[in-house]
Amino acid sequence: MRRFRAIYIIWLRDLKRHFRDKARIFGSLGSPIIFIFILGQGLGSSFALGGLGGFDYKQFMFPGILGMTVLFAGIFASVSIVWDREFGFLKEMLVAPVPTWTIALGKVISGATIAAFQGVLMLLLAPFAGVHISPLLIAELLPMMFLVAFSMTGMGVLLATRLKTMQGFQMVMNFFMMPMFFISGAMFPLKNAPTWLDSLSHIDPLTYGVDAMRTIMLPHFQSRYPLGMDILVVGLLSAAMITVSVTAFSRQA
Amino acid sequence: MEEDATAENLFGQPGEAAQAGAGAIIEVERLTRDFDGLRAVDEVSFTVGRKEIFGFLGPNGAGKTTTISMLCTLLKPTTGRGVLNGYDIITQQDEVRQSIGIVFQDPTLDDQLTARENLEFHAMLYNVPRNERDERASRVLKMVGLSERGRDKVETFSGGMKRRLEIARGLMHYPHVLFLDEPTIGLDPQTRSSIWEHVHELKQQYDITVFLTTHYMDEAENCDRIAIIDHGKIVALDTPGNLKHSIGGDIITLHAVDAEAARDEIKEKFGFEAGVIEGAGEAKAPAEKSIRLEVPNGRTVLPQLVRQLSTEIMSVSVREPTLDDVFLNLTGRQIREESADKMKNMMRRRMRARGMRR
Ligand SMILES: Nc1ncnc2c1ncn2[C@@H]1O[C@H](COP(=O)(O)OP(=O)(O)OP(=O)(O)O)[C@@H](O)[C@H]1O
Ligand SMILES: [Mg+2]
Repeated sequence: MRRFRAIYIIWLRDLKRHFRDKARIFGSLGSPIIFIFILGQGLGSSFALGGLGGFDYKQFMFPGILGMTVLFAGIFASVSIVWDREFGFLKEMLVAPVPTWTIALGKVISGATIAAFQGVLMLLLAPFAGVHISPLLIAELLPMMFLVAFSMTGMGVLLATRLKTMQGFQMVMNFFMMPMFFISGAMFPLKNAPTWLDSLSHIDPLTYGVDAMRTIMLPHFQSRYPLGMDILVVGLLSAAMITVSVTAFSRQA
Repeated sequence: MEEDATAENLFGQPGEAAQAGAGAIIEVERLTRDFDGLRAVDEVSFTVGRKEIFGFLGPNGAGKTTTISMLCTLLKPTTGRGVLNGYDIITQQDEVRQSIGIVFQDPTLDDQLTARENLEFHAMLYNVPRNERDERASRVLKMVGLSERGRDKVETFSGGMKRRLEIARGLMHYPHVLFLDEPTIGLDPQTRSSIWEHVHELKQQYDITVFLTTHYMDEAENCDRIAIIDHGKIVALDTPGNLKHSIGGDIITLHAVDAEAARDEIKEKFGFEAGVIEGAGEAKAPAEKSIRLEVPNGRTVLPQLVRQLSTEIMSVSVREPTLDDVFLNLTGRQIREESADKMKNMMRRRMRARGMRR
């Protein structure tokens, strides 16, 4: 009970901070919107892309961009532990009479909540990309977004145990998050991709997340993996990431 | 199951039984901490009585913060043991944590939240019942003179206000021991003295034991007892009065044209050992040298000194010893010069932290 409450407190603080920060809420939608409406529109009307499964490019990329939103929001939210450390607040939490793992778990859950919320905001823009949404669809997507978000925030917390300052984050962004996003097939169909890219995509967790979202959002889309497999892979990964990151955090803090 | 029992206990009065037996609220025995090769705290032993204001006085890097970190369970001792409020600092961390409040040397507020939210967050972490949180928050805010600012974001607070808010926060869960690691560093004199007023009030109102560190000599005088710590070792531990008496008399400071000659002459004619101090400390101008000597009775020695010295004397003063003198006596160094640099560093660090925020 006390543990549960500790997790809730950490979660509550992060959500308060997030919802107070309007610039961050809407600012983080900036690049997804640019991707869809400028890149999506531009590329879609210039090239004839194969492997879109009968959808136009904007429709095709929308679930991918949704994946991107969750990826970035999730990692950003949980890497905030690094800020907390830098600005001292982490100490206030560490010295409190609650086990350290509750802090890490609280961060993972709050990060996932924030990421899923950002995903839902993004979803509201779906009609502009020619993707039909309904409350039912959102309800179907939400668990999937949470699942993807959990694997990302788990990674974020793990990263935070390694990163001592926010300066190292740029590296992570360029050499980890961006490749993960592009390799996942969020932006283009992997059907015609060269072998090396195709092989990489199989080990990119985001591939499965994006594939699942596409399967759910685009009716009759020919997905890469069966939905059950997507869910299984992302689910296992999330469980693993959460366990590893929470353990690592408790050990080093 | 066993852990649940502990949790249950935390809502009651922690460690009541253990306290009744022992008069001391903190007992430390040969506590030691090494940082790869460096011995930061070296076999310190001491006890702190209930409701005492206990001070750790020492220069930069003496091991004050390290000792506090061990006592509040953030750092594992290399060897030695400690008991706080009847709980072992190594094996009963949760109970120890519930018993203490701490104001860290570096700021630890969430400045995106309001003052009240910071307090509320703290209260929740420390199991303060929901229906008491608001009232306690109002009470501690009033105590540190921030009643009007409760709903403002901490971001908008001055450094001194933040410090006071941190002290208020440390009191939210009615701790048995409040740790204050350099509570007044970088604050103006008014704020410093108002913080001291609060500390004294705490003792009255909350039945609290205060464990603080400082390097301001004048502030250390506010403590019931002081441990002087240097290079990880406690070199003296007593009341400020006794420490000063240990010097046995008064301090005469004297500026002479030729300080060395004056020193030799004093030794020859009076038999007092005097020390030459360069610049910092008591000399008026930084380049000047002064000499300092301890005498049993300043008022009688001074006139003779002035009359009998052949070296030209520019100024002379006599005063009662301060803790500065005690430190100088024990270590051969002055604490002040080091502290001045340190404060500049602290301020720089705080500024940087503030500037970097997003
Ligand atoms: N995490 C650490 N790793 C390595 N060395 C450390 C660490 N923390 C402290 N030290 C070293 O231990 C010694 C004691 O440090 P401590 O912070 O306890 O000093 P202090 O008395 O609090 O000094 P100050 O007045 O500057 O706060 C110093 O030499 C410091 O360099
Ligand atoms: Mg310190």
